[in-house]
Amino acid sequence: MCLAVPAKIIECDGNQAVADLQGNTLRISTTLTPDVTPGDWVLIHAGFSITKLAEAEARQTWDYLRLALGGDAEGVLGVEPDGGASP
Amino acid sequence: MRDRVGPLVDELREVCRQVARRVQLMEVCGTHTVAVFRSGLRSMLPENLRLVSGPGCPVCVTAQRHIDAAIELASRSDVMLATYGDMMRVPGRLGSLERQRAQGATVRVVNSARTALDLARENPDRPVVFLGVGFETTAPATAATVLEADRDKIENFSVLMCHKLVVPAMLALLKVGDVPLDGFLAPGHVSVIIGAAAYRPIADEHRRPIVVAGFEPEQIVRGLLSLVRQVAEGRAAVENVYAAVVTDDGNRVALDLLDRVFVPADTPWRALGVIPGSGLELAPKYQRFDALRRFEIEVGEDEDHPQCRCGEVITGRVEPAECPAFGQRCTPIDPIGPCMVSSEGTCAAWYKYGQGVEGRRGQGGKGRRSGAGEQAAGGRR
Repeated sequence: MCLAVPAKIIECDGNQAVADLQGNTLRISTTLTPDVTPGDWVLIHAGFSITKLAEAEARQTWDYLRLALGGDAEGVLGVEPDGGASP
Repeated sequence: MRDRVGPLVDELREVCRQVARRVQLMEVCGTHTVAVFRSGLRSMLPENLRLVSGPGCPVCVTAQRHIDAAIELASRSDVMLATYGDMMRVPGRLGSLERQRAQGATVRVVNSARTALDLARENPDRPVVFLGVGFETTAPATAATVLEADRDKIENFSVLMCHKLVVPAMLALLKVGDVPLDGFLAPGHVSVIIGAAAYRPIADEHRRPIVVAGFEPEQIVRGLLSLVRQVAEGRAAVENVYAAVVTDDGNRVALDLLDRVFVPADTPWRALGVIPGSGLELAPKYQRFDALRRFEIEVGEDEDHPQCRCGEVITGRVEPAECPAFGQRCTPIDPIGPCMVSSEGTCAAWYKYGQGVEGRRGQGGKGRRSGAGEQAAGGRR
């Protein structure tokens, strides 16, 4: 439940943002990472970005999640369009 | 990935050989528990290195009395209860939230506290209660949502506060001292919020090494290697092998938000009892969003299932296979304890990956190796 997942910020509007999680578009809050800008990679937990991270780290984390969870990573993580990452 | 892990495992074996005694480490986080199984690392560990699970699965440590309070709230005909999906099947004294929903209660599964607030906006005539569980990774989302409810005057929104803090629970375990622990693998994403420096009392005051690690196999082995090296050298320090993501100071914005909206509180943990300062309550300014106050719910006592040993599992006292119910009376399909419910529960991980279930699986007539495990791990909503 404490797992956060990497995503890329596409656009920001105040403390809201649209993020791309491997092709899934999510609306998230950036309240906890106020300095993010489009193009940044973040970890998302419970609908909030909790930290920025380097793209290489983000991709490595996602590769691991995909490997560990099989071909259904998005489903297992509870990711739905315009939803949020599973807490 | 594997070609980097192999040499690290060899190095881990060598350092363990030098220690020449059993080393017992606690992986505090449920996600680590599952990752150790998933990656196959468990079967690669040196014989004298034992990993035990800790109180790091939010579902597993939630006291039964809080589940009962959630069920009592959900049973009120006007209340809409919003919860993370992980909590739906956790048994309380009077069944689970899933059962309440089947009996007509309005229980909504949400992925974020903000979705619960949206439900409150969309249903202004109904009280919406959010079940606030989780550690420091999750609590800032609740704090930000309470601030938003306060700002927008969403007065039909409230929170059943069950959030917990990791470090006080680890310190409480060390104070009891009945489980021999040589060190801790610290939770990766909790540490994003609290920062590696938050663990210093464990190293400084209790002389136990503690290492922050991520969830990839290489990260976990690096973490274990760092811990066993410290044991071999007689050191006790906070080390961070996940520095690409975790800083010393954590997320200051999130920590400030926690300080602003919540105050530390004594709170009950499953099996650990009430631990001083280990939970969070709403600060006086935001107490009108406290569901227990609003609905005048009296929190009772825990009456866990007599066969359930989850409390001992999450404190490293026993392994799941030592529980008489494990894999028989208690399976992911029909769990009696939270460690078998949660996707990150130790018992669910052991069951899914076949550890300790030989000769047991199926005796209860309900266990299936892959199907049950997939359901346990999926946590799909």
